[in-house]
Amino acid sequence: MNALPRATELGLVGCHVCGLACSDAPFRRDPEARVACPRCGSALHRRKPASYRRTWALLIAAFIMYIPANVVPIMRTASLNEIDNNTILSGVVELWVKGSPDLAVIVFVASIVVPMLKFFTLGTLLVSSQRRSDWALPQRARLYRLVELIGYWSMLDVFVVSLLTALVRFNVLSRVEPLPGVIFFGLTVVLTMLASMSFDPRLIWDGRDTDD
Amino acid sequence: MAIISSDALLICEHCDTVYRRRLLARGEVAQCARCHAVLERHQGLSINVMLALVLTALIMFVQANVWPIITLGLNGQYSDSTLWGMIIAMWRQQAQVVSVLAAFTLFFFPLLKMLTLGWLLWFARSGRRAPGFMPMMVTLHYIGPWTMSEVFVLGALVAIVKAHVYFDVLPDPGIYAYAVLTLLITVFAGVDLRQLWELTTEPNA
Repeated sequence: MNALPRATELGLVGCHVCGLACSDAPFRRDPEARVACPRCGSALHRRKPASYRRTWALLIAAFIMYIPANVVPIMRTASLNEIDNNTILSGVVELWVKGSPDLAVIVFVASIVVPMLKFFTLGTLLVSSQRRSDWALPQRARLYRLVELIGYWSMLDVFVVSLLTALVRFNVLSRVEPLPGVIFFGLTVVLTMLASMSFDPRLIWDGRDTDD
Repeated sequence: MAIISSDALLICEHCDTVYRRRLLARGEVAQCARCHAVLERHQGLSINVMLALVLTALIMFVQANVWPIITLGLNGQYSDSTLWGMIIAMWRQQAQVVSVLAAFTLFFFPLLKMLTLGWLLWFARSGRRAPGFMPMMVTLHYIGPWTMSEVFVLGALVAIVKAHVYFDVLPDPGIYAYAVLTLLITVFAGVDLRQLWELTTEPNA
């Protein structure tokens, strides 16, 4: 036995919800068994169910939403003499030029870098884990935790547009309206969050095992 | 074969490595030797302190929702908005999806989280499990990632800077309440709620 035994080797399965170490005896008899955690009542699984399929599906759906989220304007600013449609990128540029560059960097990271990083990271993790690769294991594990930690900050731009819509309503003088891009962007964030939740990081480490 | 109580074992959520649990001293963090994920932190906050924090957060949350967040001024006209004003404005502007997202991540989930936690902690003070303990703990686990008040605060900051170019910007009490709420969320970030499973016992057990 390994110096760092894994749950399967010890006949255990950890509850995804409450963390309790449970016996995996029912799974040994029938791998498809439906077993509830004795402590919290949630369904027990060795790995999150259909992790690859669900994560792929959600990630692809998120990517499809991400294209209109960037191309379609997210916000319209209208004043007496001009109407301006803003995309995510033009919003960042405007903030850089007129407002404060440091905040522009934060918005750039939250709205553009983080979603791209999620697509790239989850895509890499899916491909490498499905190939049972043992390349850069600790780094891949760390990347997954990073994506989990920062994922929801992408909602930043959605909230900015919402607040400006509610605040800037000076009739003909000045108005802000949301445009469909912001809906696509909100959906992208939700779908990428669901995708990273469906991915089971234990799969990263399953490559070297001979069991399963 | 020796039987170890399952409470004495810790399974790394990120790679499935099994550890024997050890009591952690103040400030200590147990890290997985295989994937370096955090296994467990020393939980420095007592149940009473946690309850106090949750109640403070609840009071701040009410303030943050009752008062306007920001006021904009243009040529003597003023316009302000509360969180619900924003949710309603987005609904009316054909962005119902965003409106519902904001309502859940900024209002319903945070409120549900605080009320549930307050309820569970109130009973946990005497080591008891509150009525509905099990489904509530499961609910807390699932809504955890979907509360976004701290993101909204940063969003308000960005909105202020953007609006500042064209309008007079006046901060309202709501934004201060949100700032305090964000501080409380940060203090609470290191708390592992799963400890409640161990700190409480079933009424009939």
